[in-house]
Amino acid sequence: MAENVISGALDFSNWSCPLPLADYPTIVMGHGGGGKLGNELVEHLFLPAFRNPALENLGDAAVLDVAAGKLAMSTDSFVVQPLFFPGGSIGGLAVNGTVNDLAVSGAEPKFLSASFILEEGFPLAQLAAIVAAMAEAAAVAGVQIVTGDTKVVERGHGDGCYINTAGIGVLRPGITVGPHRAQPGDAILVSGTIGDHGMAIMSVREGLEFESQIRSDCAALNGLIADVLAAVGSGVHAMRDPTRGGLASTLNEIAQSSGVGVAIDEPSLPVRLEVQSACELLGLDPVYVANEGKAVFFVAPEAAERVLEVLRSHPLGRDAARIGQVTAEHPRMLVARTAMGANRVIATQIGEQLPRIC
Amino acid sequence: MKYLTEFRNGEIAQRMAREIHQIATRPWKIMEICGGQTHSIIRNGIDQMLPAGIEMVHGPGCPVCVTPLGLIDKALAIAAQPGVIFCSFGDMLRVPGTDSDLFQVKGRGGDVRVVYSPLDAVELAVKNPDRQVVFFGVGFETTAPANAMSVHLAKRRGLKNFSLLVSHVLVPPAIEAIMGAPGNQVQAFLAAGHVCSVMGYWEYPPLAEKYRIPIIVTGFEPLDLLDGIRRAVVQLEAGRHEVENAYARIVSFEGNKPAQKLLSEVFEVTDRAWRGIGVIPKSGWRLSADYREFDAEERFHISGIHTEESPLCRAGDVLRGAIKPAECAAFGKECTPRHPLGATMVSSEGACAAYYNYGRFISAEELAGAGVARG
Repeated sequence: MAENVISGALDFSNWSCPLPLADYPTIVMGHGGGGKLGNELVEHLFLPAFRNPALENLGDAAVLDVAAGKLAMSTDSFVVQPLFFPGGSIGGLAVNGTVNDLAVSGAEPKFLSASFILEEGFPLAQLAAIVAAMAEAAAVAGVQIVTGDTKVVERGHGDGCYINTAGIGVLRPGITVGPHRAQPGDAILVSGTIGDHGMAIMSVREGLEFESQIRSDCAALNGLIADVLAAVGSGVHAMRDPTRGGLASTLNEIAQSSGVGVAIDEPSLPVRLEVQSACELLGLDPVYVANEGKAVFFVAPEAAERVLEVLRSHPLGRDAARIGQVTAEHPRMLVARTAMGANRVIATQIGEQLPRIC
Repeated sequence: MKYLTEFRNGEIAQRMAREIHQIATRPWKIMEICGGQTHSIIRNGIDQMLPAGIEMVHGPGCPVCVTPLGLIDKALAIAAQPGVIFCSFGDMLRVPGTDSDLFQVKGRGGDVRVVYSPLDAVELAVKNPDRQVVFFGVGFETTAPANAMSVHLAKRRGLKNFSLLVSHVLVPPAIEAIMGAPGNQVQAFLAAGHVCSVMGYWEYPPLAEKYRIPIIVTGFEPLDLLDGIRRAVVQLEAGRHEVENAYARIVSFEGNKPAQKLLSEVFEVTDRAWRGIGVIPKSGWRLSADYREFDAEERFHISGIHTEESPLCRAGDVLRGAIKPAECAAFGKECTPRHPLGATMVSSEGACAAYYNYGRFISAEELAGAGVARG
């Protein structure tokens, strides 16, 4: 896969520099030194991949044209290992992660920055594949990468490639969503199966081989969210993308921010069979496993059916489900009704989930 | 998931619970041996489905919890040594030693790695001939075959850089210790299905006879547990004390013979200290003379470490079934999963962690409106 992507991103035939990129198959300290090597990376790798008017000026800052109104801004750093995994790469994550943070805030994502911290010796071919994945993700999400930076750290001082992205979005007029706006009676919906990303990552880490491949759900949600907002507008009270800490952390956060109780029906949670099986094997609970292409919606009860319909008609929302409701009881707590008919509290995890002994 | 989802059917569970209500005429105390069963009971609310008089007492079957503090301190000392790759199941990383835990050792530069099988640690030893690879081999009979296989392979491949920090414990001596303890109130046992998948249950009839207690080999899914409890109650009500197998889809009377053969070759029975309980005679395994060269304690000669239990922690009482986690004064206050005083608050099989994580610490008033049942 990587080979194809690389040939698209790196066009050696147009290489004009006296020290062709081909002579430096790996990152060297000079690539971050602000000299010629760094410029070459920009001109022959980043610029062709991300090309847009704001970036092409190559100024110290991108100058952006935005409509008057409110802006939303977000930033996130990406340190995932391995860099390439079933269903995605650090590049796609870096774009989609920030796009999704803007989208769930009710904003239309517009512009991103991208900063790379590269380890000396990192293969240029891998960087090219990552950059190509970012360019593709940005194109799908309809955002522009307008400014960036590259630093190189000595070998042993990094983990190949870290990426930071920051993003700016324009808030849609009339939309006021926020984690503090959930109300008793709200229906809770999730846009699809939970736990896919976390288990995809775990399945490719050292020593774990499952029979069927679990793919990351990494995707930009702004299109899906735009459809929902267009359909029901202010009927949406709160949205979140349940990334690290999984669905449980997101629901607990909203319960706490809004001072309400969140009640979910455990059997209604959409979980892929292979994800559930892998979780069983490792003693993990899918409600705590990360997602990178799912959103949770808290919506007015009368809007719930319409939102579910809109979600299910979008390619990223086919497995959407109604999973619970907001209640005035047990404020600031997440309570799940189990298949047995009993209730259990789902607390926020302390750290990462640890696979058990037996 | 075959053999799992069909054992989680809510309707059948309600039916089985109703049956237990019909059978039970008196209060009974039943101990589930295994921490995995404890978690399933609390997570699924099985205890809340039972008649008020049927009390589930949580047993000592949490391998992380009963591993002696001194051994954890030794593990921390070995893991901190330069040149060592220290491998462990994920569960052990947050278990507090006297001053630290494996996560902190890792943070200070120790090469601590989570592996999913001890055989992965053997592979690491092959790939890193200039490093000493140590696997932290704790657990009951369930994890023992894979640990035994790791040293067996290491010996066969002539590896000089692999060793096992081993603290295996055994279920039957623990049952004897619990039944022999003054003030014991346990009237029946749910034996741990996974342990029996390896060992069979031929060791249990003499125990059932000696202490006149029903012992039911039981699985981990809600319907497995309800079936185990139902069979125990039927026997108790009838005054019988037999060994029954309620986990026949996994467990046979003889168990896994090839595994038992390997275990008897690699390990020998020894006295073991159980954290919070004390030394139980002939209650564990250590490496046999033929494999002693793979014993990390022999290889590293750790000495002079200071080991001290938290004076507040009552994990021993919890492990013996003497108190429920929430009855400990430190529970949810000084001791939480974030700042655990004992291993029972950390491990995924620890009873304190089960009570904390599934919200059994929340006051009755807080939950009254929610209809959330309590243990």
